[in-house]
Amino acid sequence: MKYVDEFRDRAVAIALAERIKKTVRWPWTIMEVCGGQTHAIVRFGLDSLLPPSLSLVHGPGCPVCVTSVSLIDQAVCLASLPRAIFCSFGDMLRVPGSHGDLFGVKAAGGDVRIIYSPLDALELARKNPDREVVCFAVGFETTAPAWAMAVTQAKQAGIANFSLLIAHVLVPPAMEAILSSPQNRIQGFLAAGHVCTVMGYEEYEVIAQRYRVPIVVTGFEPLDVLEGVAMLVSQLEERRVAVENQYVRSVSREGNRQARAIVDEVFEPATRAWRGIGEIPASGLRLKSVYSPYDAELKFQRELAQLAEGKEDPECRSGLVLQGLLKPPDCPAFGIRCTPEQPLGAPMVSSEGACAAYYRYRSHATA
Amino acid sequence: MCLAVPGQVLNIEDDTLRTATVSFGGVTKSVSLALVPEAGVGDYVIVHVGFAISKLDEAAARRTLETYAELAASSLPDATDG
Ligand code: SF4
Repeated sequence: MKYVDEFRDRAVAIALAERIKKTVRWPWTIMEVCGGQTHAIVRFGLDSLLPPSLSLVHGPGCPVCVTSVSLIDQAVCLASLPRAIFCSFGDMLRVPGSHGDLFGVKAAGGDVRIIYSPLDALELARKNPDREVVCFAVGFETTAPAWAMAVTQAKQAGIANFSLLIAHVLVPPAMEAILSSPQNRIQGFLAAGHVCTVMGYEEYEVIAQRYRVPIVVTGFEPLDVLEGVAMLVSQLEERRVAVENQYVRSVSREGNRQARAIVDEVFEPATRAWRGIGEIPASGLRLKSVYSPYDAELKFQRELAQLAEGKEDPECRSGLVLQGLLKPPDCPAFGIRCTPEQPLGAPMVSSEGACAAYYRYRSHATA
Repeated sequence: MCLAVPGQVLNIEDDTLRTATVSFGGVTKSVSLALVPEAGVGDYVIVHVGFAISKLDEAAARRTLETYAELAASSLPDATDG
């Protein structure tokens, strides 16, 4: 078993779609929270297998997309410091800030490095003691344990020239923000399988009951997504509200205990501004005070103090896209003034962004 | 960037990070198994930004695939009476 092709079988996909068609009697609107699932849906055309009365809405689950413009501006500022080696996952480089992006800093001779793992950045700090290694710590709960591990390793090894510009966000507060909005249309959620691999799904049980909304923890392969939809539709049709787990091969109710422990050791919840959405209380992470020497916002307070408030491109509708209120092709700039080469907003850049997914897999169909 | 993918553990070093060589369909990468103490050589793990975050439960995956196979078989059009 390789855990990939087995979960892409066409005959099973069609059988699952048939099961969904047989179950559905009412129109339902459901949201897949995670951008990875959005990509699977658009790439494999899973939405075209579903009955038209079922609408799939794409959610805010792309950490690159929800990072605020102010944070991008801070990243650009820190990456431009002469002593800095600025480390980032590749997706962040083209995300537009108020004035330019990290790619522009790199092109102008700034030392911006694309890393695969937080441990790569730690290694750079070890090898370059006379430089300041600053990392753009972006991600959801899935990524937090890796950054937490890097920080504890830095502390143990006494590495002081290492710090994080933290853009970390948490999924459940964003789901609650969507559910409590007066414009909310979402009646059920596919929860992100890898976030739950780390965190488990106890928190989701509270949300399901509080908002009377069924939730199915779902994986990322085409059959996972279709089975997740089938399970969700069964709950909706039977008027049941529960948290169910489709992704049993990776997720347990309590999640990964080691990973949760290291995140609790290093981070605590903090208010975070989401791009296009606004501030959500306790929806992000910051370093606990014992680890504050590794906080780039404190370490470079003076340099960052001069920055003005970040400005989003006025034409970009990413706030609506991220809340599931607008489909990317319905944005007037989509594919015309906004493309992956010349993006106006982050969802067109990120490999999990909804706008990028439609551009990559659908623009030939709409052109 | 949230991408997390399954790979097979080929060997594990005896360091604090439990650094392992993991194969992703033949392409190998160095991965820390510090967060999955239960994973051993031969196991499949889900890897995200250089860390394994779960050991895949093979028995659970097989059960899922069995229900899929049954579902696909039961929804085949009846070949005999066309
Ligand atoms: S298509 Fe471009 S401009 Fe429109 S919402 Fe998406 S990222 Fe913003």
